[in-house]
Amino acid sequence: MYMENILIAENITKDFTGHRALDNVSIEVPRGKVYGLLGPNGAGKTTLIRIINHITAPDRGSVIFDGHTLTAADTACIGYLPEERGLYKKMKVGDQALFFARLKGLSKAEATARLKEWFDHLEISDWWDKKVEELSKGMAQKVQFIVTVLHRPKLLIFDEPFSGFDPINAGVLKREILKLRDEGATVIFSTHNMSSVEELCENITLINRSRNILSGPVAEIRERFSDNSYELSYIGAPDALAAAVASAGADIISGGVDPLGNATATLRMPRAEAVRDVIAAVNAAVDIRAFTPRIASMDDIFVRAVETSNQNTENNPTL
Amino acid sequence: MKSVNLIIAREYLERVKRKSFIITTILTPLLMLLLMAAPTLILMFSSPDERKIAVIDDSGVIASHLRNTDEITFVNTSAPLDSVRADENYEGILVISRGIVDEKSPSATLYTRGASSMMTEGLIAGQIEEAVEAQRILAYDIDNLRTILNEIQADVHLSTVRIDKDEESETSSILSYITGLVMDMMLYMFILIYGQMVMTSIIEEKNNRVLEIVVSSVNPTSLMLGKIAGIGLVAITQIVIWGALLAIASAWALPVLGAAAASVGDASLSGAMAQLGDTAWLASLFGWLVLFFIGGYLFYSAIWAAIGSAVDNIQDASQLSSIATVPVIIGIVCSMSIVQDPDSTMAVWVSMIPFTSPMAMMSRLPFGIPLWQILTSLAILYASFMGLIWVAAKIYRVGIFMYGKKPGLADLIRWARYK
Repeated sequence: MYMENILIAENITKDFTGHRALDNVSIEVPRGKVYGLLGPNGAGKTTLIRIINHITAPDRGSVIFDGHTLTAADTACIGYLPEERGLYKKMKVGDQALFFARLKGLSKAEATARLKEWFDHLEISDWWDKKVEELSKGMAQKVQFIVTVLHRPKLLIFDEPFSGFDPINAGVLKREILKLRDEGATVIFSTHNMSSVEELCENITLINRSRNILSGPVAEIRERFSDNSYELSYIGAPDALAAAVASAGADIISGGVDPLGNATATLRMPRAEAVRDVIAAVNAAVDIRAFTPRIASMDDIFVRAVETSNQNTENNPTL
Repeated sequence: MKSVNLIIAREYLERVKRKSFIITTILTPLLMLLLMAAPTLILMFSSPDERKIAVIDDSGVIASHLRNTDEITFVNTSAPLDSVRADENYEGILVISRGIVDEKSPSATLYTRGASSMMTEGLIAGQIEEAVEAQRILAYDIDNLRTILNEIQADVHLSTVRIDKDEESETSSILSYITGLVMDMMLYMFILIYGQMVMTSIIEEKNNRVLEIVVSSVNPTSLMLGKIAGIGLVAITQIVIWGALLAIASAWALPVLGAAAASVGDASLSGAMAQLGDTAWLASLFGWLVLFFIGGYLFYSAIWAAIGSAVDNIQDASQLSSIATVPVIIGIVCSMSIVQDPDSTMAVWVSMIPFTSPMAMMSRLPFGIPLWQILTSLAILYASFMGLIWVAAKIYRVGIFMYGKKPGLADLIRWARYK
């Protein structure tokens, strides 16, 4: 059965002694896309990931994977790279990778062949007989990445995949992740690094204090959070600008002149269509040097959404 | 099921292939043999140092009875004590008083340079005793008194025959005693070493976070069971190798020792040797040892697995670990008294309680106990393991994701109640 969403988590609630880790959280992960799972530390992301991985069971709610309720057998179709990486230190790299691949159901021959391919591809073939304790952190991360993707899972879950990587290797990893997506895999991506979210994710869910506070396609969300404001850089009198902006019906949110004499201002339009009128009025009053729309960055959205949600829960505590 | 096998294989191979395992497995029996043979070897290779002892015999009847040995040469002298003391040639001076034969409690004095050994003192005292006795016998003036006395002397050897068994067999209590203690120590060592290995291995997995990856492929219970089984197989491998080495060693060494015992003419010793040569008896003991080891190991490793899952590092584990170590130690302490009286009520009870039964049974088995007791004890042990592993698995699934806080027994009990 083909489903547009590879994973649907419905109304997941999970309690630990004394605190609720997840409170009625639902997410829908579209097939073949990169999905961002965001949230501050301790928000409940790892618990949700563990439930998706069939490591822990939810107290209430259900997880639908590929059209059916998630079972233990589905773990063979999921690849998980936890935030806290770990490998058996005393075990040889090759043996270790084989062990994990076979745990995921690959035959020994199949696993060996694929491993050789990946080791060649990432140019780490000479590590095969090294013990993990002899590797650097970044090297071990590469091995771990291979272990995660080797069984060609339909769903890949990466928890902070780029931490511990230098920019070059992070770039290699990013390319590999996108390649896997292009080959049909779905990627769930949990991170604090908002620039990589902007770069990679098509959809996101933002979890704060055990609740899903924001969900949807990244483009749509950024649109929603950008409040028709523009950055203006100009030459002229601030008073003249203020009068012109007011006459066109817009507001100046902030503004000023820096020591070098460059004047800037942030303007908010009353409606999206008002831009033309405002530009005309401003152009008549001062010399425009630059006029650019201010698109909300994921960083901004993250902070604003989390702060708003914190205020709401403080005002109406439900727990 | 397949993934459990993979886990067992990993746990087993990673340990058996380690150099430290191979070395201890081969070297330990060698070391034991060496330790046992050491006294003999030292005697063989060290030449006895000869000591000269000057004898000042004021009674005049003892000195002629003193015989030189490998270690001591007696030299009669009539010089005064002070001048002999100055003579560095003598290691010691033995002064025998005039009335030694007639005194009620005869005594003599030995002056020595440096410490004298107990052996030397015993040897000299024995010789003087014999001489005094000989003088006293002479004083009674009865013909052949010495022969008569020798004939009167009795050296009784008590042989014990079990009549509650189908076959009347001669048993040697002293051998059973020693065998029981040796097997006890082995069991104790194996349960402690390998049980705690389960714990440390779980802590290590938790500590370096590899656990999270493994449990994303297999369920935690399989991981725990696989680990216990894998490490248990390592222990059994070691026991079997040691058993084989022991069998080879005894096949080679026993005839020699047996002949030596026979030549000494000590009936109880050669009886013990004969029993030790009874391979069927040894093999059945070894079989029971393995069964009780497996039961005891499984029982205790379940406890250690639960503890290992709950803590973050070895330091935190020590306190909780006493839940398991204390009963093991109580078991071995009880066994020490059980070997004195293997059929006492206490012995029977202690050998039924699963916490102590492996150790207690090991010390009772060599004496030959009713089969139903052995089987009941085994049944209780294995049944309690089943119950315990079920509880341990519940603690384990919660414990492995708990970081940071040092848990107590109360936490473990609460986790076991989670659904």
